[in-house]
Amino acid sequence: MTENIGTIRGINGNLLSVEFEKPVLQNEVGFAQIEDIRLKSEVVRIQGTRAEMQVFEDTTGLRVGDRMEFTGDLLSVELGPGLLTQIYDGLQNPLPELAEQCGYFLQRGIYHEGLNRKTRWTFTPAAASGDEVTAGDTLGTVPEGIFTHRIMIPFRMTRRYTVEKVAPEGEYSLEDVIATLRDADGNTHEVTMVQNWPVKIPIRCYAERLRPSEPLVTRVRIIDTLFPVARGGTYCIPGPFGAGKTVLQQITSRYADVDIVIIAACGERAGEVVETLREFPELTDPRTGKSLMERTLIICNTSSMPVAAREASVYTAVTIAEYYRQMALNVLLLADSTSRWAQALREVSGRLEEIPGEEAFPAYLESVIASFYERGGVVRLNDGSTGSITIGGTVSPAGGNFDEPVTQSTLKVVGAFHGLSRERSDARRYPALDPLDSWSKYPGVVSDEDVQYARHILRQGNEVNQMMKVVGEEGTSLEDFIVYLKSEYLDDTYLQQDAFHPVDAATDADRQKYVFGRIVNILRVPMHFDGKDTARHFFQALTQTTKDWNQASQDENEFKEIEKKLDDMLAEVTEHA
Amino acid sequence: MHKVYKRIERIAGNVVMLEAGDVSYRELAEVSSSQGTSLAQVIRIDGNRVHLQVFAGGRGISTDAHVRFLGHAMQVPFSSALMGRVFTGGGLPRDRGPAIAQNMIDIGGPSVNPAKRIIPRNMVRTGIPMIDVFNTLVESQKLPIFSVAGEPYNPLLARIALQAEVDVIILGGMGLKHDDYLYFRDTLEEQGALSRSVLFIHTAADPIVECLLVPDVALAVAEQFALEGKRVLVLLTDMTNFSDALKEIAITMEQIPSNRGYPGDLYSQLAARYEKAVDFDDAGSITVLAATTMPGDDVTHPIPDNTGYITEGQFYLRNGRIEPFGSLSRLKQLVNNKTREDHRNIMNTMIQLYAAFRETLEKQAMGFRMSSWDRKLLKYGDRFEKEMMDLSVNIPLEEALDLGWRILADCFEPAETALPTKLIEQFWPKEKGGEESKK
Repeated sequence: MTENIGTIRGINGNLLSVEFEKPVLQNEVGFAQIEDIRLKSEVVRIQGTRAEMQVFEDTTGLRVGDRMEFTGDLLSVELGPGLLTQIYDGLQNPLPELAEQCGYFLQRGIYHEGLNRKTRWTFTPAAASGDEVTAGDTLGTVPEGIFTHRIMIPFRMTRRYTVEKVAPEGEYSLEDVIATLRDADGNTHEVTMVQNWPVKIPIRCYAERLRPSEPLVTRVRIIDTLFPVARGGTYCIPGPFGAGKTVLQQITSRYADVDIVIIAACGERAGEVVETLREFPELTDPRTGKSLMERTLIICNTSSMPVAAREASVYTAVTIAEYYRQMALNVLLLADSTSRWAQALREVSGRLEEIPGEEAFPAYLESVIASFYERGGVVRLNDGSTGSITIGGTVSPAGGNFDEPVTQSTLKVVGAFHGLSRERSDARRYPALDPLDSWSKYPGVVSDEDVQYARHILRQGNEVNQMMKVVGEEGTSLEDFIVYLKSEYLDDTYLQQDAFHPVDAATDADRQKYVFGRIVNILRVPMHFDGKDTARHFFQALTQTTKDWNQASQDENEFKEIEKKLDDMLAEVTEHA
Repeated sequence: MHKVYKRIERIAGNVVMLEAGDVSYRELAEVSSSQGTSLAQVIRIDGNRVHLQVFAGGRGISTDAHVRFLGHAMQVPFSSALMGRVFTGGGLPRDRGPAIAQNMIDIGGPSVNPAKRIIPRNMVRTGIPMIDVFNTLVESQKLPIFSVAGEPYNPLLARIALQAEVDVIILGGMGLKHDDYLYFRDTLEEQGALSRSVLFIHTAADPIVECLLVPDVALAVAEQFALEGKRVLVLLTDMTNFSDALKEIAITMEQIPSNRGYPGDLYSQLAARYEKAVDFDDAGSITVLAATTMPGDDVTHPIPDNTGYITEGQFYLRNGRIEPFGSLSRLKQLVNNKTREDHRNIMNTMIQLYAAFRETLEKQAMGFRMSSWDRKLLKYGDRFEKEMMDLSVNIPLEEALDLGWRILADCFEPAETALPTKLIEQFWPKEKGGEESKK
């Protein structure tokens, strides 16, 4: 390959204006050079012989006249065994390795291969010579932790090939040739266990996309029961700061019923990532008994890390998710927060002096967000098996106002909306999902009839509460008052969940079905009281007992005992017609 | 010897433009004209046109001013000799002490590798129940105090700084009133804390560009102390002035504003500063407490709004009290399970009941009849405000928890609190009353 060198002509923040002579690609990667430091950059606009390039690092010290070395490649990630358990920055540099090399701080211009070249993997061939294959077909497998990692024909090799030779079972490192293929023109191609894929282009090596229909159990009661998420679906969590978006994401990343969780910490606090990466190795995955870290991968580009890399980080994450989907696995991608990513777009757009849209976000914001969420979904692969990517993105709307462009663009393309409300979080009602505003288009885990009844009670309770603010408690009939108390009871004991209690933090689908059934039955019971004070008193006691019930493990006697106690309490107030 | 340029093409606000070659991005320059000499920093290069941000402001700069580039970016001195001293945002002495120029360090350095951070684990005891019990402050936390102008946020910052057990206090003052600066200096001195403090002060009368430098300078110095193993507390007051300075420069540079005139990168700019808060696995820590005044008491204003998304919680200071609603310490969960087993439950229950009290107050204001439950809440809310929320209360956490139980027991039956039965058996006071008569 011939060298393509440009010259820097202007510097404005992290945006460079570069003069070039030989052809360059849109989104091509280049390296700006200050003495012996090379700073990774990406072409974002081309005009005449000038390319505008965003630098993924701090540009202090660059001069006009410095060299820009074009690489001829788009921004890509390395795909191969060894991705899981890693902690990457937005450009797929492993952070622990960088820490070993540079100490406490992230020095600019230091890049590291995403995958370790020294690790040896035990390869078992699956294809044989003479087989007809194409992109995405499995050549063999290697064990990666608890998963069988498929070594596939690189996705960019989209023609038909005949397998000439596959390596026998044995130990190989990533760059060893494990298969030789021949195309129709008779050219041979060597395949290793690692391949590159440009992050901004979706991987499409599958037979067809299916409709998401199976619920993805998150073990958060209000989500699974009222606003479920489907495997291969998309959902968003908008909410003002302090409403508990991140805690909700952390809980989901722990308990969600999927094979692989990819966490894209995009422009958020470093402390939150640290909690995940220090705690996960110690936690066991209830499904496998192994460390939770074995199914987790973290892409972490926190708020103080360079902005352009923040934009890249969500693409890096979704590309890796697509890679594991190709192995017929169910992947959950949690992006926190998509607003920061949108802001990164805005910063670049501003420096490019593009005509701004609403709140100075670029006009293409909507299509960018839509195409990101569209990379989720359930697919039937060429071999008939299915894999899925579920995408859950948090949104941090300015001022907690959902009318802003990022929230609105996101709502158009997702299948479930988990709106967090400031009022609920102020009243310490966690998770602060608004039970009246949120919605979901996916099927849930409990009976639909019960859910409808519960919604009905919540709505009525809310109406009574609004009315009571005007006419006061004395102006409310006892009947209405009981409805209000019932809705509060449902809220306190079922919708709210203590994320920090060992038992209450996660409720599996079976327990949800059971407990929800019981609670809805309690709501259905016609009750008789002498007055409002006795009613309130009764519900306070009932709430306390039910909360104790939530904190009791289902296998212990306590669970049965408390249930019995609830029955007894109820029998006393039941109205016998 | 560096070349001297003698022709300035454009002066707009605090930004001057001249034609120069071989200049690097963010390099410092010295601009001298008849009105004096000031440092300036390169903020944009377009071909041979170089834009400089002049620290002392553009006023009085002549078109034939002499500009000399220094060949390095902004630096500050670092040594233990900084302790007890007061500097400007540009790093020059503000007291009568000598200038310090050895061991220069870069400011605005790279961010800490998340892999080298650890989960914060130490509580910072302040003696203020609204903080210790309800929103525990944690070492290495970054936390703003949201308030309106006129609230006592500076005294609160000073009090926390003095009571917290830290090795070094660094104060970054931005757009401070001169008497506020003197207040901080005198308070630290009276309490004998000045000898472990470094002050970087930009007062409202100083050039606006220096205001932008204060957090970077203060945090660069803090970082060095932390690397030496010290526990550092950084106070930044007031970050609203810093953000307004950013806005001013952005508008001068003709950037497209995003929201109410603030630049689109306000979030990233604030985050770059706040994220310096850190707990190193084998060195010291930096805790950042900042004051953010909310223009018009509007929390959705871009400055408090962006800040809230960056920081790990916030304290609302309103009517001289820390508001329990909205105030939040996101890191409290990391430490309040190790204090006392009733801490979390007391925290949640008392706040929920206080919320109910507020609702009752509304009902009362509208003239509705008070039920017996309402009367209990009124009694409770009153005691809670007097004995817990008042900022003059100064008691250790454990006493505050005991006090909480006593207040609950004086006002309610155990079941009305919805506290877990186990805790009630252990902590519910056997005898009622007493506390009020003691006070």
